[in-house]
Amino acid sequence: MTQIGKRFPGVQALDDAGLEVLPGEIHALLGENGAGKSTLIKILSGAQQPDSGTIEFGGQRVTMASPHDAQRRGVVTIYQEFTLAPNMTIAENVFIGREPGPGVFVDWRKMAAETRAITARLGLQLRPMSIVRELRVAEQQMVEIARALSMKSRLIVMDEPTSALSSTEVEKLFRIVRDLKAQGLSIIFVTHRLEEVMQICDRFTVLRDGRLVGSGAVADATIDGIIRLIVGRQVNALFARRERAVVGDVVLSVEGLSRRGNAQDQNATVLADVGLEVRRGEILGIAGLVGAGRTEMARAVFGADPFDAGRIIIDGHEVHIRSPQDAIRHGIGLVPEDRKQQALFLALAVRINLSMASHKQITSWGIFIDETAERAMVAEYRKKLNIRMASPEQLIAGLSGGNQQKVTLARWLALGPKVLIVDEPTRGIDIGAKVEVHNHLFELARSGIAVIAISSELPEVLAISDRIVTMREGRVTGEIKSEDANEEILMSMMTLNAKAA
Amino acid sequence: MTQNLHSDLPDPVKIDIIGFLARFAPLIFLIVLMAGFAVGEPRFLTPLNLFNVLRQVSIYGLLAVGMTFVILTAGIDLSIGSLVAFAGLVAAAVSKGGLSNRFTVGAGQEAASHGWYLAALAAVAVGLLGGFLQGFAITRLKVPPFVVTLGGMSAFRGAALLFAAGGPISGFEPGFVWMGQGRILGQVPVPVVIFLGFAVLAHIVLRYTRYGRQVYAVGGNPEAARLSGLNVRAVTTSVYVIMGFFAGLGAFVLSARLNSAEAVAGTGYELTVIASVVIGGTSLFGGVGTIFGTVVGTILIGVLLNGLVLMNVSAYIQQIIIGIIIVLAVAFDTFAKSRRRTA
Repeated sequence: MTQIGKRFPGVQALDDAGLEVLPGEIHALLGENGAGKSTLIKILSGAQQPDSGTIEFGGQRVTMASPHDAQRRGVVTIYQEFTLAPNMTIAENVFIGREPGPGVFVDWRKMAAETRAITARLGLQLRPMSIVRELRVAEQQMVEIARALSMKSRLIVMDEPTSALSSTEVEKLFRIVRDLKAQGLSIIFVTHRLEEVMQICDRFTVLRDGRLVGSGAVADATIDGIIRLIVGRQVNALFARRERAVVGDVVLSVEGLSRRGNAQDQNATVLADVGLEVRRGEILGIAGLVGAGRTEMARAVFGADPFDAGRIIIDGHEVHIRSPQDAIRHGIGLVPEDRKQQALFLALAVRINLSMASHKQITSWGIFIDETAERAMVAEYRKKLNIRMASPEQLIAGLSGGNQQKVTLARWLALGPKVLIVDEPTRGIDIGAKVEVHNHLFELARSGIAVIAISSELPEVLAISDRIVTMREGRVTGEIKSEDANEEILMSMMTLNAKAA
Repeated sequence: MTQNLHSDLPDPVKIDIIGFLARFAPLIFLIVLMAGFAVGEPRFLTPLNLFNVLRQVSIYGLLAVGMTFVILTAGIDLSIGSLVAFAGLVAAAVSKGGLSNRFTVGAGQEAASHGWYLAALAAVAVGLLGGFLQGFAITRLKVPPFVVTLGGMSAFRGAALLFAAGGPISGFEPGFVWMGQGRILGQVPVPVVIFLGFAVLAHIVLRYTRYGRQVYAVGGNPEAARLSGLNVRAVTTSVYVIMGFFAGLGAFVLSARLNSAEAVAGTGYELTVIASVVIGGTSLFGGVGTIFGTVVGTILIGVLLNGLVLMNVSAYIQQIIIGIIIVLAVAFDTFAKSRRRTA
């Protein structure tokens, strides 16, 4: 793939990106969140079309018109979210859409036999007639690989294949991947885990901001060198560091927060003994890769998700938080990660969205909303946060992302929280609004609120935080003052097992 | 990668024709329909006929007001027809002075009978209880509303048949009957007054109270509502209790109007009622809709049916027309929703 360009409305996702994979090699595709890895893979697998650039496969210039087209040519992608039908058998999943048999009938015997042959090639002992839902995550992944093999693939793309696996399962996967390589297949490995790259990959390609910034043989590279390539840019001048606020007493502390089990795997470690504290007037940044447990930690503290063990202490007293209502009563607010799904009422007016968490303050006679007070509240925050809208009565769906986010922020400010957790506060908003949101967060901290800021953008974490805690795989892996940190240090704290700093 | 990079200038007001239509289309359609019938059939536009139409729709209307709360939370209640029958029978039995007297007719039973308010209380109590049980099953047992109320539809009908033991209960005291057949100021049917009175009350609740806000929020985005500190379960349960209240009230008025209660009463009401609400612009996806729209939708269906009757259109064809209108109304709603999503 050379000079691939892809533009989405308002953003250049890929600009002169490229990737070269040799036959029979394991190739690591690396980059930060948002560097363009997923987009590049989607183009390779036919799920999206490039705006510019060319793809050559097996020496021929090709167009991957659709995922089906790519599969026909031998390129199969295994995404992080599996595409299996959970209520069907392994055999049905492997041959879905290509069931053997005469006419409209399915030859179950043949399908089962071929499935068994393929799984044996992978060194697996899976019964072809098992229901996929009942398999472990690692086994489901193997079914995906079996399906890829059954399509006579020549190139298998694996998007973060190890993120949901235990270390023994990772070993098993690596053994299979090496076998596939020995059989002449090529594999693209998208991952954040650099140790794994060193362990299994032959060559690597690094993308940054949608561009190809480097590639080479793993044997000639060091982890530090690769991290530098991934992070690359000089300290971003746009995110000027602020003057630090005077930091006061500890407002919130979390001890031993643990949780096992998610929707996919009930034994997965979601949070393991997470402890942190945040002080009045402080902005605590939480850095980590996608899936590190940052959002899960925030949702547990806010009562949005249950947790198995751990204590939450506010102003020196342990509190019991079982629902967002409890958290709000104790003065905690959460600006969630996904604005549209978790924060906004798209069909309602800006005014109604803004006051949603603070009805108590604008109630008259116990039951009625005092709309005069509500309008005054909206006017206050419209001015304070510079929320640009035509009218408080317009639907919030019509505002830009940045202004929607300011409304969400205002929703919590109106409540006067002690602790405000902001999860990806500037995701999907443009650079000007980003800087504004940062300034508002500084202002909040100055007014005495303890702010916890989760962000996948390292320059942002560095710019807004006083102190940064890094997480990986549900654990806290380190803590550092932001003046002592830079992107390379953070990246190694986020990706390596050893406790850094 | 989905980025929303608008310029940082003030957002322009979108001229929202779809939104405008969603709001006023039912009313415009109603006016056009009435004008059409008025031209085609002179008897249509007389006060007598118009009050007749209103009286005919008032029970559907009461139920539709309750159903608006349910549909605003993206729920559905299929059980109302059965609940109406059961609550009506209980009210009738109470009015007759208890189970043992329920089939007595004539002067002898007058002495034993209770006032209409006890009958009303009984009907409403049955409705509230039925609604609460269903709300509980939906929020605590996490069974989808469609399934719970489909079960309720069968269970309440069974309860009604059991209770009635085969025969209708009829012949109530005059005060009870007046609630269904009387007229205020010699003109306005009592059921119409009850319907419009409760519609106004429901409008105030939805439009001006905290609770009303919560209903819209839970329907519009339950996860966001939860993360805003709303008690989503309590709100969801409550709308089925409110629906139950209106089913009880509707059962009372229906029994009074017919001067009789029977186990097969209310059959098929759910479809007409849901149609009224949806045609009135309330979204089956939740979070969008008004009582005003529901009232218009209810009258629209009433006018349509009345006009078709006056024009001698077969009852079967009427059903076909209602069916088509429901599908079109929902198709429009789906279209309007996809517009909102991409806005």
